[in-house]
Amino acid sequence: MSLWNKHAIFEKNSIVLTVGILVVVAIGGLVEIAPLFYLKSTIEKVEGVRPYTPLELAGRSIYVREGCYNCHSQMIRPLRDEVERYGHYSLAAESMYDKPFQWGSKRTGPDLARVGGKYSDEWHVAHLANPRSVVPQSIMPGYAFLSRAEIRPEQVEGHLRSNRLGGVPYTDEQIQNALTDLRAQVNPDSPNVQALQVRYPGATARAFGGNPAAAGNGTVTEMDALVAYLQVLGTMVDFRTYDARANMR
Amino acid sequence: MSTYTTLANFAQTAGLLYFVGMFLAIAVYAFWPRNKKRFDEAAQIPLREE
Amino acid sequence: MAAFAATAMLCLFIASGSVDPAYSFHVYLFAAASVAAIFALGNRYLARPAVIPQEINGKPNYNMAPVQFATVAAVFWGIAGFTVGLIIALQLAYPVLNFDLPWTNFGRLRPLHTSAVIFAFGGNVLLATSFYVVQKTSRARLAGEIAPWFVILGYNFFIVIAGTGYLLGITQGKEYAEPEWYADLFLTVVWVTYLLVFLATLWKRKEPHIFVANWFYLAFIVTIAVLHLGNNAAVPVSIYSPKSYIVWSGVQDAMFQWWYGHNAVGFFLTAGFLAIMYYFVPKRAERPIYSYRLSIVHFWALIFLYIWAGPHHLHYTALPDWAQTLGMTFSIMLWMPSWGGMINGLMTLSGAWDKLRTDPVLRMMVVSLAFYGMSTFEGPLMSIKAVNSLSHYTDWTIGHVHSGALGWVAYISFGAIYCLVPWLWNRKQLYSNRLVEWHFWVSTLGIVFYISAMWVAGIMQGLMWRAYTALGFLEYSFIETVDAMHPYYVIRALGGALFVVGALIMAYNLIMTVRQGEVAEPESAPALVPAQ
Repeated sequence: MSLWNKHAIFEKNSIVLTVGILVVVAIGGLVEIAPLFYLKSTIEKVEGVRPYTPLELAGRSIYVREGCYNCHSQMIRPLRDEVERYGHYSLAAESMYDKPFQWGSKRTGPDLARVGGKYSDEWHVAHLANPRSVVPQSIMPGYAFLSRAEIRPEQVEGHLRSNRLGGVPYTDEQIQNALTDLRAQVNPDSPNVQALQVRYPGATARAFGGNPAAAGNGTVTEMDALVAYLQVLGTMVDFRTYDARANMR
Repeated sequence: MSTYTTLANFAQTAGLLYFVGMFLAIAVYAFWPRNKKRFDEAAQIPLREE
Repeated sequence: MAAFAATAMLCLFIASGSVDPAYSFHVYLFAAASVAAIFALGNRYLARPAVIPQEINGKPNYNMAPVQFATVAAVFWGIAGFTVGLIIALQLAYPVLNFDLPWTNFGRLRPLHTSAVIFAFGGNVLLATSFYVVQKTSRARLAGEIAPWFVILGYNFFIVIAGTGYLLGITQGKEYAEPEWYADLFLTVVWVTYLLVFLATLWKRKEPHIFVANWFYLAFIVTIAVLHLGNNAAVPVSIYSPKSYIVWSGVQDAMFQWWYGHNAVGFFLTAGFLAIMYYFVPKRAERPIYSYRLSIVHFWALIFLYIWAGPHHLHYTALPDWAQTLGMTFSIMLWMPSWGGMINGLMTLSGAWDKLRTDPVLRMMVVSLAFYGMSTFEGPLMSIKAVNSLSHYTDWTIGHVHSGALGWVAYISFGAIYCLVPWLWNRKQLYSNRLVEWHFWVSTLGIVFYISAMWVAGIMQGLMWRAYTALGFLEYSFIETVDAMHPYYVIRALGGALFVVGALIMAYNLIMTVRQGEVAEPESAPALVPAQ
């Protein structure tokens, strides 16, 4: 009997150890993560940040798929040289719909948080296809294959829907019109452009990937999507009206 | 702002006490004289096996 | 068996609806693996021995076949992972090597490298050593017969899914947690089984005390499970799609990610490998650990402090300042337990320092502790915000990581593998100690090239980014700083090449040990488990 008791204690010890580890490990995580969800000061109050259009979202998925985050950050720190080089320091609000976040950890290439609007679409297409054609010393890989790959139309809605399940405020209307919006954004002549711009204020419709003929047929390439995404990066917030004082924390 | 200040104050005091307490508890456990024999024995485990 | 059959059916069903060829490929792989598992189980059932004895002649009947498999897998994945590392290092020096194909781009190969070295090489080393150490220090046979095999084979299957996924463009886009939702789910099942096998073996133990190495293994297993579940919470687009979106967004996702990322370092690459140190260093030096008491303080302090350090990856970002400050403070405090552990390991050799001259394997492990000490000093230094403002985003970080990864993790692993192979295959000694010497010196030279190139490159890059002319303009365009990196990237690739050569020497030595090594006196009955 006594032997059994002793054995039971030993058995418990490994459980005690496991529970001890869990408790000890949970504390740090809880204290650092949980407040981020309820402290209002975590995400600044700004105007202009909207969910991505279906095209931009598809472009973002390509950005993620190709592992761009391995070499490019999207997080400008409030340091003098970075603000001068890249623009206003990044706000938490600017990535509030980013799943996953793409702040990055390494700058083998420059920061991209505010690359939107800095270069023309043509420059991006040429640069992505062959980086050394426009920047001779560049060490970036070429992505010419993006112009040949089509965005699959089947699951465009599904992408928006699963974002909404994770808290991105896509409306029913936006989800229903996802495929129309995707096609309209690469075809400025489409009758659906206006509705797209109502649903996504500030969105522009252009043949981003540089192939208007294909875009007119409803063909959307991965190049269209990626360039559309790059061109919207960092452009949603109007910093002329942003009050940094009000968001001190 | 006040939620933040209260929370921060509480976390700073309670946290400090908590950490010091935990550390002392572990140190006392590890260096308690009566535990010495057990630990010395445990240290031999890898060397004793067949 | 029914579970595997159900999995196979489910996979075929999903494959029929999938529109993504890469995803279909994975689903078919799952189906094939399930079918293979059914056959293996059936085979095993027919050929089962009456009862597998827990002890033979009063000695535990250890189950070492899964350990052997994981050891071989570790060597294989190690060489594969180092080689991919070399390739991507060369790509940074000579971009033409990207070939501009989707599956050979740096962006897809870099996660392949990190996952192969951390999870495939490191993971198999941890599986092998943990199953070995828990049996030996508990004097009990591994719990279960099929479960350990499910853990080892399942884990390696996960590696294959993850790795081929990256090449085909299936990724979550979270560093060190790139595998998509279905791979994550499968890994969860494997990992829970791992925890249960480990705990159940501890419950069978004949020793009253749970040896400290097992504490570290347990912390590693439990915490990685928690981190994995927290960081990978995701909503798939549909079951027919490999793509999912993480539940967290932006700043919260960033915090989750680096809580995960830093503790993958803390619990996978540190706690797990410290467990190796606490068993293999005393064993090899034939002396008990310097201070068992220190090891207890070390354990609790380390796991307690590590979990807080994540935010130091997010200094000066949009993460609130209070979280950054907490991360920095705990990172600095972390220096103490880290060095406590290092001293504990090093001092174990006091009175036996002469062994360093004659035993190159022990020397490798001791040097790994020195590297551990160095990188755990550098880490807290880099977590100070002022230093981090310079070092972050540069190759200094890469240098720091590799001084830890090559110097500490890989060296202690090599040491453990050099110990394990003769023990597991019942050989008197290694085929050649001279080859171990060669491995040691070639790869040490490689590490020195690697980390010194990255230090210089990183600090230079950081300084160039913030350099101003006398007139107050930024002095360098970004591309000028890229251009300045070139010579260092070449030196780094050279260092990496030497490290690969070292690992190849090791592989040759190990193969020859198994093939030609002198058989040691039969110390215990041979394992009764049929190879799978």
